[in-house]
Amino acid sequence: MSALPVTLRKRLRTLVRDVPFDAVRNIQWSLLDWREILIESLIRLAGISSIIIVGMIFLFLLREGIPTFLDIPLRQLFESRWYPNEGLYGMWPLIVGSLIVTVGAIIVALPLGLITAIYLGEIAPEWQREILKPLIEVLAGIPSIVLGFLGWIALAPLIQKLGAPTGLTALTGSLILAYMALPTIISISEDALYAVPKEYRDGALAIGATRWQTIRHVVLPAARSGLVMAVMLGIGRAIGETMAVMMVTGNAAFVPTFGADMALQPVRTMTATIAAEMGEVAQGSMHYHVLFGIGIMLFLITAAINSLAGRLVGTSGNRRRGGQL
Amino acid sequence: MQAKISVQNVSYTYADGTEALKHVSLTIRANEIFVLFGPARSGKTTLLRLFNRLSDLTPGADYRGTILVDGQDVFALGVNVTDLRRRIGMVFAVPTPLPGSIRGNLTYGPHMAGIRDTALLNERIERSLTQAALWDEVKDRLDHPASRLSGGQKQRLCIARSLMLEPEVLILDNPTSGLDPISTSMVEESLYELKQQYTVIMVPHSVQQGARVATRAAFMLDGELVEIDTAERMFKHPKDQRTEDYITGRFG
Ligand SMILES: Nc1ncnc2c1ncn2[C@@H]1O[C@H](COP(=O)(O)OP(=O)(O)OP(=O)(O)O)[C@@H](O)[C@H]1O
Ligand SMILES: [Mg+2]
Repeated sequence: MSALPVTLRKRLRTLVRDVPFDAVRNIQWSLLDWREILIESLIRLAGISSIIIVGMIFLFLLREGIPTFLDIPLRQLFESRWYPNEGLYGMWPLIVGSLIVTVGAIIVALPLGLITAIYLGEIAPEWQREILKPLIEVLAGIPSIVLGFLGWIALAPLIQKLGAPTGLTALTGSLILAYMALPTIISISEDALYAVPKEYRDGALAIGATRWQTIRHVVLPAARSGLVMAVMLGIGRAIGETMAVMMVTGNAAFVPTFGADMALQPVRTMTATIAAEMGEVAQGSMHYHVLFGIGIMLFLITAAINSLAGRLVGTSGNRRRGGQL
Repeated sequence: MQAKISVQNVSYTYADGTEALKHVSLTIRANEIFVLFGPARSGKTTLLRLFNRLSDLTPGADYRGTILVDGQDVFALGVNVTDLRRRIGMVFAVPTPLPGSIRGNLTYGPHMAGIRDTALLNERIERSLTQAALWDEVKDRLDHPASRLSGGQKQRLCIARSLMLEPEVLILDNPTSGLDPISTSMVEESLYELKQQYTVIMVPHSVQQGARVATRAAFMLDGELVEIDTAERMFKHPKDQRTEDYITGRFG
């Protein structure tokens, strides 16, 4: 999946740095022997090789995908007809499909996730928290294929009753994705709220703010960077998700007609396209390169989201909080 | 003299069984600097947080007795807690500026109380900051983030923040614990100013500080009130052996 956001990585690095490695080494220094050197070089080897592997994956992706953008005029790539068999590679329906499903998922998961986190962290009594928190961790562990199955069996018939010709629609995909993103959003947001010092709450309450005012004006702004991270990680999970979405969105590579019922039409996402067609393409064919081209675009989108998250998190530190109240 | 706050036979046990207060009774008078001192974990904070009902945040505790502010039971049904907290300001050991600018910190309380008149607010800002001995240092940068102030400045900002609501009582729970001597003496000096207008209750950083600022004082030990007297008698001629041991540093 997507790379860890910058801040998370920084935090991990600080953790690692805080281990008094030098102290350990100094004790060992007197009996310095080949084991020291061996262990150190093993660690270094493991570290470097994983970097190299990531780099190679990236190069491979580029090598296989670049021909797409060189051989097919950009305008054609963004046309609305995706008929690979006839040499028509208009990705527009796939991009729109991904967009609708993801945006829909965010619209559902974001408020629900944040509100749940606020409830858990700020309002729920202790005994409820003790039941709900582990439950949410369990939710996060449900394999996506199981959720897809549930969506197919349980959710799709409900959606169909809403008036869609079939239950397999963009909305179905959005709901399933939202459900997948929720545990991430809830548990990371809750951590962020928990990290807000108790003194902030005391301070606000002591000058006559109500509980809700305290949450809105003090706790949420103070937890902002963590909340942004939670949302971005949730979205990251939603965009990259494939199998569940493929099962429930109807897999039709058409641009939905614009209108109120847009979400009730079948779509196909970029990820689902790669998964569905990967097996049938001849290696080295144009179709094959285009699938990798889609991969490159997905990669760019995820990277953009991560860096956006990094920037949002970075600016919400103390300096930016200047204008908050 | 009229009792501002009257504590009558109050006992308080936390949800985990810790008996933080045992049958405490005392009276705090208007316009005095009342010093509440005693060793760590003797129940001072627990008692003070009952006055403005911040104790509501620790559910499951067992509270007995009566606390009257101006003759009104603070735990009576129908008491407006928000209003009570506006009347009884509180400053904590750790300076807690809220996220936001210096001005934002000061106007937050009044805003929540529905006071929006800019002229009135500006007037209060100047007066509160002056009373907290901070005005000269921040008057030119009211819109800077509060987080950039020094520790001592933050604490005086918190005092000013409480004063913005023109409370009747100001509770200072060890307000100089993290401050250097200069900031400490500035906070102490501001107390004399405050005493004119408010009733000040303070947990001191040390016995010496208590003796310096107090009008009257009470000594607490293990959740019990050992002794209460004027500062003069309390710190020079304590009646109880335990108080004397503590004051002279022979405690242990
Ligand atoms: N939220 C809480 N839950 C359970 N026990 C608590 C809680 N807060 C305080 N206590 C306990 O109550 C007792 C009194 O604590 P309190 O904070 O009132 O003491 P204090 O006199 O203010 O001490 P200090 O000088 O260290 O601030 C202590 O034994 C403490 O461990
Ligand atoms: Mg205390």
